Amino acid sequence: MKTSNKIVATAAALAVLAGSAHAEIADDTVKIGYLADMSGTYRDLAGPNGLKALEMAIADFGGEVNGAKIEIVSADDRNSPDIASSTVRRWVENDNVDMVAGLVASSVSIAVSDILEENDKLGIVSGSAASSITNEHCTPNHIHYVYDTYPLANGTASAVVNQGGKTWYILTADYAFGHAMEADVTRVVEANGGEIVGTLRHPFPTPDFSSFILQAQASGAEVVALANAGADTTNAINTASEFGVTQSGQTLAALLLFLSDVHALGAEAAQGIQLTTGWYWDMNEETRAWSDRFLAKTGVRPTMVHAGIYSSTTQYLKAVAATESDDAQTVRTHMMETPINDMFAKNGRIRIDGRMVHDMYLAEVKTPAESKDEWDLYKILQTIPADEAYRPLSESQCPLVENS
Amino acid sequence: MRTAGIHDNRTPYYVFASGGVGSMVTIFGVPLAVLSGQLLIGVINGAFYALLSLGLAIIFGLLKIINFAHGAMYMLGAMATVVLFDAFGINYWVALFVVPVLVGLVGVVIEYFLLRRIAGQDHIYSLLLTFGAALLIQGVLTNFYGVSGLRYAMPDVFKGGMNLGFMFLPYYRAWVIAVALLVCFATWFMIEKTKLGAYLRAGTEDSQLMQGFGINVPLLISLTYGFGVMLAAFAGVLAAPIYSVTPIMGSHLLITVFAVVVIGGMGSIGGAIITGILMGVVEGLTKTFYPPASSAVIFLVMVVVLMCRPAGLFGKEA
Repeated sequence: MKTSNKIVATAAALAVLAGSAHAEIADDTVKIGYLADMSGTYRDLAGPNGLKALEMAIADFGGEVNGAKIEIVSADDRNSPDIASSTVRRWVENDNVDMVAGLVASSVSIAVSDILEENDKLGIVSGSAASSITNEHCTPNHIHYVYDTYPLANGTASAVVNQGGKTWYILTADYAFGHAMEADVTRVVEANGGEIVGTLRHPFPTPDFSSFILQAQASGAEVVALANAGADTTNAINTASEFGVTQSGQTLAALLLFLSDVHALGAEAAQGIQLTTGWYWDMNEETRAWSDRFLAKTGVRPTMVHAGIYSSTTQYLKAVAATESDDAQTVRTHMMETPINDMFAKNGRIRIDGRMVHDMYLAEVKTPAESKDEWDLYKILQTIPADEAYRPLSESQCPLVENS
Repeated sequence: MRTAGIHDNRTPYYVFASGGVGSMVTIFGVPLAVLSGQLLIGVINGAFYALLSLGLAIIFGLLKIINFAHGAMYMLGAMATVVLFDAFGINYWVALFVVPVLVGLVGVVIEYFLLRRIAGQDHIYSLLLTFGAALLIQGVLTNFYGVSGLRYAMPDVFKGGMNLGFMFLPYYRAWVIAVALLVCFATWFMIEKTKLGAYLRAGTEDSQLMQGFGINVPLLISLTYGFGVMLAAFAGVLAAPIYSVTPIMGSHLLITVFAVVVIGGMGSIGGAIITGILMGVVEGLTKTFYPPASSAVIFLVMVVVLMCRPAGLFGKEA
């Protein structure tokens, strides 16, 4: 009897140990890989300063999780899905990276999420825009955090249509993000009684927009929409100004503008442009305080992506601490169960498709007279509540969502 | 005295859209008026390509150096224009003369300290060396200035444009085409028709013989490289008011300009100019009929030309 008791006791002890081995941080390290465009068109919206935001999150968290240390690796993906894929493959297969952060070009995020799914690691996409990332390209291994093309269209496009811009001509960057933006804008414009009279797909990136602006003018559309980002958008805006687009009565709608772009254009050139944003540095005391710290570290004010990287990393580390695990599914499930109300997001939560929904804001660029310093650029016109802003689950094509 | 012309111009400038034109001719579905506008833009961009490929053709044709730093020199020209204005108030007109000279000096320094070491070796070394130099320059400037772009205001005299009927042409674009073609022609003339040009052509063909005549060939080579760089920097100054001035603005353009030079024929000065304009037009037409291919069409032409006429359209067989 005693022997069998011992056996049962040992077996029970082993079972408990085996069970708790899952809720454990592998090799006592939480390793985060930061992947972004560090030298090209999209450098300033995330880039090296995004890495600084990540480091701030880790430092504020205390530098360690339940005794396990936190390590960072980083790489420049040069907006290339090929380079990104091989880098992330190396990270998850050889370097024990647990979570990939940053992720800017939409094509990069889509490519990387496949590799993460294969290896059951976690990715938190902060920079990319394409709503397809949590729609047809959703996986159980990534979260889309800051914004996407759906609220951008809902905010900016519906505002412009309701202000009288019924006919639209769309200049689209010819890759994943541009296509997603164009699809979402088309849907919103038509739902609000407008009409798309023409679209043009330009190569990504494009240095000279004169030919495309000319075609937009020739279309006679009331609104010329820019479904592109970064240098493409600023080039297009400058060329539009040179060719007198707004002066002769057309409205220019820039669908994706970051603070870094508006800062480069300046209040003089960008005044009056309406845009949708997930966050702005000057919204309240909390955002200002964090932005001041960011400014001290980097010399520039943060974009919504920088703030999103900080917030998502903090949420990730909290989830790792709470579940005592760095297993992707465990952490992701916990993150989905935890509401987010911090410096970055109000009324935030992560849905089953990986989409983090939170309040978005329609903003307008201030005039030079209203702008008190070089970074005082937006005025917030209205809040778009989380539930209205993002694609409803009922319309989702994501296989993770149970739609009958 | 002209006030900011744009604000006066409230008339619709696309006549055909108002329905006032009698018969609207279309070619492959594109109205003739739109096509004319696109062709004009194509010629303007072509003049730009011509200016850039001219410098490259001079450096390769005469010096046999594959200058992968050409895009970076163009970028330095644009960045210097902005920086000199912000720091010293140097205006556009002065910059047109001063900036190419300054950047040209940078070119001379690169040639003297770096390229001279590998003179006479395989072309590939000059490609790698200049490519490395370009990456270095771009990286350092990206570190300081970021990639979002520096602001440079259009000179007041060029603000606004003229209504041509089929399109609205900004004055500045008209200026670009005029001055680019002028500089191209002047350069071609100098190299093909003057004594200095003759020395240059002879010196690079047979440097020992020329040195025997007492001509300082190494100096000539440095100055030639500097001159090619000056042309790139001049294009950069022209670009500053209309294109985003960023440290990476040259990297995209460089490959296209190389394709233009290869199509024209690596040794031909006149060929580079004509091909530049031609490719601008080809690209412009592609942007009208099938925009997604507009970045790639010049390379398609390059492939076809290399298969049919490996020396290029105007090149001489090596």
